Amino acid sequence: MSSLNPQWLLLVSAVLFALGVVGVLTRRGAITILMSIEIMLNAANLAFISFARVHDQPDGQIFAFFVMTLAAAEAAVGLAIVIALFRLRESTEVDELNLMRW
Amino acid sequence: MEPVAFVVLTALAVVSGVVVITHRNQVIAALSLAANLVAIAGFYLLLQAQFLALLQVIVYAGAIMVLVLFVLMLLNLPDEARRRGGGRMQSGLALVLALAFVGLLALALSRGTAGSSFPASDRFGTVESVGQALFTRFFYAFEAISLLLVVAMIGAVLLAKRRL
Amino acid sequence: MIDWTGIAITLVKLAVVIGALLGGVSVMTLVERRLSAIMQFRWGPNRVGPFGVLQPIADGIKFIMKEEMIPAEAYKPIFILAPALAMITALCAFSVVPFGPTIELFGRTIDLVILDLDGGILFAFAASGLGVYGIVCAGWSSRSKYALMGGLRSSAQMVSYELALSLSVVGVLLASATLRPTVIVEQQAGWFWNWNALGGGQILGFVLFVVAGFAETNRLPFDMPEAESELVAGYHTEYSSMKFAMFFMAEYVAMFTMSSLAVTLFLGGYHPGFPLPLEGLALALVQVATFTVKVFVFMFLFVWVRWTLPRLRYDQLMNLGWKRLLPLALFNVFVTGLLVAFDVI
Repeated sequence: MSSLNPQWLLLVSAVLFALGVVGVLTRRGAITILMSIEIMLNAANLAFISFARVHDQPDGQIFAFFVMTLAAAEAAVGLAIVIALFRLRESTEVDELNLMRW
Repeated sequence: MEPVAFVVLTALAVVSGVVVITHRNQVIAALSLAANLVAIAGFYLLLQAQFLALLQVIVYAGAIMVLVLFVLMLLNLPDEARRRGGGRMQSGLALVLALAFVGLLALALSRGTAGSSFPASDRFGTVESVGQALFTRFFYAFEAISLLLVVAMIGAVLLAKRRL
Repeated sequence: MIDWTGIAITLVKLAVVIGALLGGVSVMTLVERRLSAIMQFRWGPNRVGPFGVLQPIADGIKFIMKEEMIPAEAYKPIFILAPALAMITALCAFSVVPFGPTIELFGRTIDLVILDLDGGILFAFAASGLGVYGIVCAGWSSRSKYALMGGLRSSAQMVSYELALSLSVVGVLLASATLRPTVIVEQQAGWFWNWNALGGGQILGFVLFVVAGFAETNRLPFDMPEAESELVAGYHTEYSSMKFAMFFMAEYVAMFTMSSLAVTLFLGGYHPGFPLPLEGLALALVQVATFTVKVFVFMFLFVWVRWTLPRLRYDQLMNLGWKRLLPLALFNVFVTGLLVAFDVI
């Protein structure tokens, strides 16, 4: 197993996290912003599990498990909000949601 | 054998990630995110975290992304238009910041904080080891997160209802 | 360093299993049409070859010779990818099913299972869960109303019944204390009252698994997504010739996988249910044959139910999945947990 370097895996995690950040800052649709947040969460999970493997402990995996569960809950509630907003504004673009009233 | 798998998985993850954040059509972005999640599951397998890899595919790629695709197909959204006005400056700034972030992290990693190799292990990542830790040391967090899931379910149903 | 013999053995196992599955699919096309004909008091295909046994070959030639049409509006890359996705995930799900015991051949121990994973049952569910993508991609990329509606309904149905499916299996996992299919089968060795569905106390789990399995494979009475009178052909409306054949075959392979999982988890796997005075290779052959017979009994059940029961309306379908099967499955987990805690099973 030890032909891999933990630093390469953490670098991949960093690159994916940066991709997620660029996605959140660049995209206009609410659902694609949610998807970019999912990329960031996955990058963090990868880092958790890499470190868990370095120390041979299950703790990092438990953290990643909880992050996965939280991401599921967040995706469900986020999508419900997007649906409710779509019914109101007929569009999911976040630039349209710039008024507090209706 | 492992470096080959690592390179292939990295390419798949990065390319699908780039498609998610750039493609105009949101359904293609969602399908590409599903590919990204499967690539991450491949990474977990490479790290011998079998249980987490399978959970990633079942929960993330198999349930969450199907939910996102379901909502996207129901809403039948048009392709995302380009940002008007000062959009280019914002995208450029985002790219510069992201590159700075990755550069900073690469610098920190090159100082060798994570060690240079993985130790050999035979009990890592099995269902038994994760299950044992989950139900003994992290028991309260487990119960709390099940409560959180119930709250999220109720919240999602209430938010999406037409009439309360 | 590289275990060439091991790789060769795995490749042979793969070839045998995929050949058997696809061969089984072609046999099932004939079996379904003949059985449905018998149940409807007519003949069925009996012209091509004696008793119509060459009908699958004729069907295959027809599929190859038909014109391949892709609608101009369709999103081509995803349109072509969808049947491949459906087929790949359906075949992958079968790789954790043990179709025979461990045998000794040419001095090497061979497990008659392609992937003996620690979390084998989870792998089967993961692969079936990914099967939704084939349908979602087909429904969306066809750019047609019927296909989109069929794809939406089918994905919602499959995700809903995945819950009941996974929970109905949790009872078996509690009783067996393992996720490895080979160990679960070994715990059901011996007489037939050792089987999980009978003596193992999982009769409710078995019934729930079979019902949810019907819904997972989009078979009647749960085939609203491909209902012929409501949605033309649902998510594969715009598909023709070989791509349609791929969906068709993928559905049958998924049926085989669901039957094999039911047999493995609840009906003793490859064990015949009574002790036999055989040893070694002869016993292994009998056990593989037993497994095949059990799986085909389930396939007969699939065909029988399809041509007997009427189709459920979509809201009745979702109602059944969420409001009836899910609480029953939770109740099953609860009761099994109590029984395991008090050492009854």
